Amino acid sequence: MKRGHAMTTTPEASEARTALARRLPERIVEFVRLMRANHYRVGIQEAIDALQVAQCIDILDARQLRCALRSLLCSNPADWKGFDALFERYWQHQSAGAIELTVGGRIERLEPGAMLGLQIKPVSATNSRREDAWREALRVGASPHEAMTRSDFRLAQLHENTWPLEQWIEALARRMRKRLLRRHHVSNLGHRIHVRRTIRRSLTYGGLPLDLIYRERRRELPRLVLIIDVSRSMNAYSYFFLRFARGIVDAFQNTDAFAFHTRLVHIVDTLREPDRHRLKEKLAWIAAGWGGGTRIGESLQAFNREYARRVVDSHTFVFILSDGYDTGAPELLGEQLRRLQQRAKRIVWLNPLMGRTDYAPIASGMQAALPYLDLLAPAHNLESLMKIEQMLLRL
Amino acid sequence: MRPFADTEDLIGRLEHAGYIAERGLAVALLLMAQLRRPLLVEGDAGVGKTEIAKALATAYGCELIRLQCYEGLDVNAAVYEWNYQRQLLAIKMREAEESSLAEKERHVFSDEYLLQRPLLQAIRRPQPPVLLIDEIDRADEQFEAYLLEVLSDYQVSIPELGTVRAVSIPHVVLTSNGTRELSDALRRRCLYHYLDYPSFEKELRIVLRRVPQIEEQLAGQIVTFVQKLRTEELQKRPGTAETLDWAAALVQLRVSSLDSNPDFIADTLACLLKTREDLAAVPPSVSARLLAQSI
Repeated sequence: MKRGHAMTTTPEASEARTALARRLPERIVEFVRLMRANHYRVGIQEAIDALQVAQCIDILDARQLRCALRSLLCSNPADWKGFDALFERYWQHQSAGAIELTVGGRIERLEPGAMLGLQIKPVSATNSRREDAWREALRVGASPHEAMTRSDFRLAQLHENTWPLEQWIEALARRMRKRLLRRHHVSNLGHRIHVRRTIRRSLTYGGLPLDLIYRERRRELPRLVLIIDVSRSMNAYSYFFLRFARGIVDAFQNTDAFAFHTRLVHIVDTLREPDRHRLKEKLAWIAAGWGGGTRIGESLQAFNREYARRVVDSHTFVFILSDGYDTGAPELLGEQLRRLQQRAKRIVWLNPLMGRTDYAPIASGMQAALPYLDLLAPAHNLESLMKIEQMLLRL
Repeated sequence: MRPFADTEDLIGRLEHAGYIAERGLAVALLLMAQLRRPLLVEGDAGVGKTEIAKALATAYGCELIRLQCYEGLDVNAAVYEWNYQRQLLAIKMREAEESSLAEKERHVFSDEYLLQRPLLQAIRRPQPPVLLIDEIDRADEQFEAYLLEVLSDYQVSIPELGTVRAVSIPHVVLTSNGTRELSDALRRRCLYHYLDYPSFEKELRIVLRRVPQIEEQLAGQIVTFVQKLRTEELQKRPGTAETLDWAAALVQLRVSSLDSNPDFIADTLACLLKTREDLAAVPPSVSARLLAQSI
């Protein structure tokens, strides 16, 4: 492909260039279609832009074409990383591309219709199957259908495909932010003066600000800290909770997330992993836990000692997502929760077991914790996660 | 019609400005000028996203206007604000004058009392400047939507003044650290460049270029060490900025080779690792292993 520059002067090259220039629009439109089939967010506008770009580069220089199209057609890190494989596949393997054009005659043999009719298959088959299922799920209704909303997360694990559910969980967290903002918007009438409007009004009074105009207070989002139990007894749930945490971390800027089994780990940076597959791996790795029991009390102690001062203030909601089965001493758990309560605004304990009809919080850990909780609520399906938003408003 | 023949030229000019750019970035920058579209640069902290804009301004020989985003950034801080104090004074002073209310109002809301913030400044310059919108992911969605409007029409409407159209279209560079998902609309509006950690050769060139007093052998060791360190499981991987800090620190300490005094590494590791967890994750044993691989 580096021959592009060397060729530019030979008559053969100029012949090739003319031939290619004639076919290029079709090739580019086709390439954009291939990208769309691979879930790039590109449409007609991008195809038009790509054609415009092709006008101003040396089309026989594949490196330039690649760089230019990459900048134009990618819009996030995942796109960026997959682009080279797609580009090579299309321009170098499927048919005569710009780079293989050493003889002008070769491209002449290709019928434009044949090119546009090329069967396009997404690059990764497993990937697309998952996406299809997800799209299928979307097609069923604009809202998550009943079954998915109500069914317990632990049942979801039995099915192979949890991707739609994961997506919903994450989207739910983001939507929460929007709604919270909106409600605060309506409820808080502020007390600060809107200077510009006031001055404008004061012109009537010769500059005396008689009519004061107020502006509403800046809307503030609550600060959230999530502490997620990933011990073995939580196996069926922790992966989904981690996905939920990812959504929350993404939507609320002042958020921190921790995971614990026998010790506490700070997981915010892991949750921010942009690459989908790597994220899945990392989350699965965290969610797998290590076995060997749950030490809620000690983990909270570590939290209080090392992080609480930094991440918890009097506006903070602390969420603990755990089933309350503690292999440590319940007194320690009670004591640590008491300390945390002094620092935080509210402590909410979300317990997935509460979704079961016969459950009562009698485990010794749960008993020790109860006096210090502002709220104990179920978190076993989408519906119960949706209710968190209302809880935040009420508390 | 071949403005792209300039790629090499631009790379050269950027290097002259102290920035080592790869070809892909240069093509994106030229494309940006050609299509008059903003460029969105993403990548981990410290890989040199902000530097792109600075170097570009130097390469084009134009002004750099910077808008640092933060949560709660609003139109008043980003686009314009009226100078209220002066307006009040003006109203008082003109009280006695025999002009109509409408005239007074026109005077008070004229250009003279307008405080121009970065976005407005950028579109009112006769010479197109480089406009750097830094860490756009920190601003909230409302601002992002507003920005999208400005970046597609290149005009700002000020109720009291009317619509201000761009005198020249600035070269806009947006950076994002990915703390929040940006809207699809903004992403599609922009050209995109993902800035990864530099390769060994590129990073070595950067160090030699930015820390001129350094000896080539030490620079090579430093870069190898940092590149190895990035493959460890860390919360915040050190960026190029950290490499440069560390190189400068070692030069200050008059270290000529990393193995001459391994204690220096432990003492200065804080230049590279910025959290307690990460420092704890690289105890002397690990740094000794990395060091052994770097020499």
